Amino acid sequence: MRRLNPSLVVGGVIVGLIVLMALVSFVWTPYDATLVTPASRLLRPSWSHWFGTDKFGRDVLSQIMVGSRTTLFVGVVAVGVAAVIGVPLGILSAMVRRWPSEFIMRANDLLLAFPALLLAIMFGAVFGASTLTAMIAIGIASVPSFARVIRSGALQVMRTEYVLAARAAGRQPWPIAVRHVLPNVTSLITVQASVSFAIAVLAEAALSFLGYGTPPPTPSWGRMLQESQEFLFSAPRLAIFPGVAIAIAVLGFNLLGDGLRDRFDPKLEDRR
Amino acid sequence: MSDVLTVRGLSVAVRDKALVSDVDLTVGAGERVGLIGESGSGKSLTALSIIGLLPEDVRADGSVRVDGVGHELVGADERRMSRVRGRDIAMVFQEPMTALNPTMRIGDQLAEAMLIHSTKSKRSALAGAVELLELVQLPAETIRAYPHQLSGGQRQRVVLALALANDPSLLICDEPTTALDVTVQALVLDLIVRGVLERASALLFITHDLAVVATVCERVLVMYGGRVVESGPVGEIFTRPRHRYTEGLLAASDLETADRRLTTIPGTVPPAGQFPSGCVFRNRCRHATDICAQTPEWTGSETRGFACHHPAGVADV
Repeated sequence: MRRLNPSLVVGGVIVGLIVLMALVSFVWTPYDATLVTPASRLLRPSWSHWFGTDKFGRDVLSQIMVGSRTTLFVGVVAVGVAAVIGVPLGILSAMVRRWPSEFIMRANDLLLAFPALLLAIMFGAVFGASTLTAMIAIGIASVPSFARVIRSGALQVMRTEYVLAARAAGRQPWPIAVRHVLPNVTSLITVQASVSFAIAVLAEAALSFLGYGTPPPTPSWGRMLQESQEFLFSAPRLAIFPGVAIAIAVLGFNLLGDGLRDRFDPKLEDRR
Repeated sequence: MSDVLTVRGLSVAVRDKALVSDVDLTVGAGERVGLIGESGSGKSLTALSIIGLLPEDVRADGSVRVDGVGHELVGADERRMSRVRGRDIAMVFQEPMTALNPTMRIGDQLAEAMLIHSTKSKRSALAGAVELLELVQLPAETIRAYPHQLSGGQRQRVVLALALANDPSLLICDEPTTALDVTVQALVLDLIVRGVLERASALLFITHDLAVVATVCERVLVMYGGRVVESGPVGEIFTRPRHRYTEGLLAASDLETADRRLTTIPGTVPPAGQFPSGCVFRNRCRHATDICAQTPEWTGSETRGFACHHPAGVADV
């Protein structure tokens, strides 16, 4: 009955593999990802080091594996922060009267106009660079897109007859929001979460690259890129492996988001 | 017979555009009153203003009182209205396909209706849900079904069960069978009438279908251009209409015309707020004269009367 769409399958598989990689890294990696062995610096890929080693002699494959944990962790927390703030804001602005709603959405636009990376760098400068500040900053920067998408979905739900019927049955606004509006925008939340996840992965890599993200020695794809800079011509593989990992992860989450959107879309006729 | 619903001088307007003007209407306990008229005649707005669910920028004036509610309903705040809605006044909407929450099971939605006004405890609410389903002749298993598993007629019966959950003293039905096919329509109408009779509730039934009014209602009000133009017992109105609009409406539904062609009322209903001054029907009325520029007085009583300068049944002046 329901045809599986290719982007959903490909996206799902990529995301599944990344999650699997992160889980495996807890119990097994080829080498200790943080183990510095000066004797084996800058080795080319070989059977003993599939992806070679970096300037400190650390195994690149092991770092990529452990780095995926950071990526996923940052994504989950950032998306969580964005959803926990953005979803209620979106529903609220769809349900309140005109001018408070305008106020919420204009404040939202203000935040949307502010570059996410700049916000994260400011956070890093004020609260100190750490994975936590990066996650929260990325999360806050993703709030506006959540609020906007959920608001449009909630506006549509508010116009349905079952919400009118619930009001006609004497339901107060708060239970209507929780029991009627929220369950009917979950598909939008899912789609937005996976799109935001892709953005968060990219933002975390960018922040780590700039030195405002995950501090050493915890492996992170963004910082691996940064450390590879000085060897860009002598050992470009050091940049290629984490770069490809970031690209695949972003692609995976975007495809998953697109696939989910296609899957859910027939239910949402006039999304703005 | 005590009056359950008393509406006096109800007017609905959006900014300066009048959508409904000066509607008077009473429905007694156990009485079934129909509200008929074309699309855009203000029937639904009248209903929505009684239950206080007008859109944000639409304003109602006048007086709406319901027996058992100690306050005026027009202009009552949301908190007070939500206590009245569902308990004293319940409403069945037109579109059964969208009137149920697609993410909740039927049983939960029925139970919720009773829990809102805590007329039942949590445990007895589920038992009550089954009883309500029996009332509308649906099997008890339906409580576990989701709305998409039911047909349009079944859903509308669930919606009716929801409306009757708290034994409201006034039930408003806004074109409840328009979206259903004819065979299902008869069953739903029968269930509505029975539900109302068993509870001695008042019924305000909105429709544009004259045949439906004839089966369901005892008394009928004809609306056009936001005004009540004629009212009276169903038999009277259908056999001896006085207002020229009612006359045209009946002629349009008469299939036994001499030349086998359908009779229509000339022209179309003007857009909201652009009805002529004076008699709202005069730009489509064959009998209109200069005097029709003045708003016609109401002739007769509230339960049998009309507002027309040139009523049918007397020679044209």
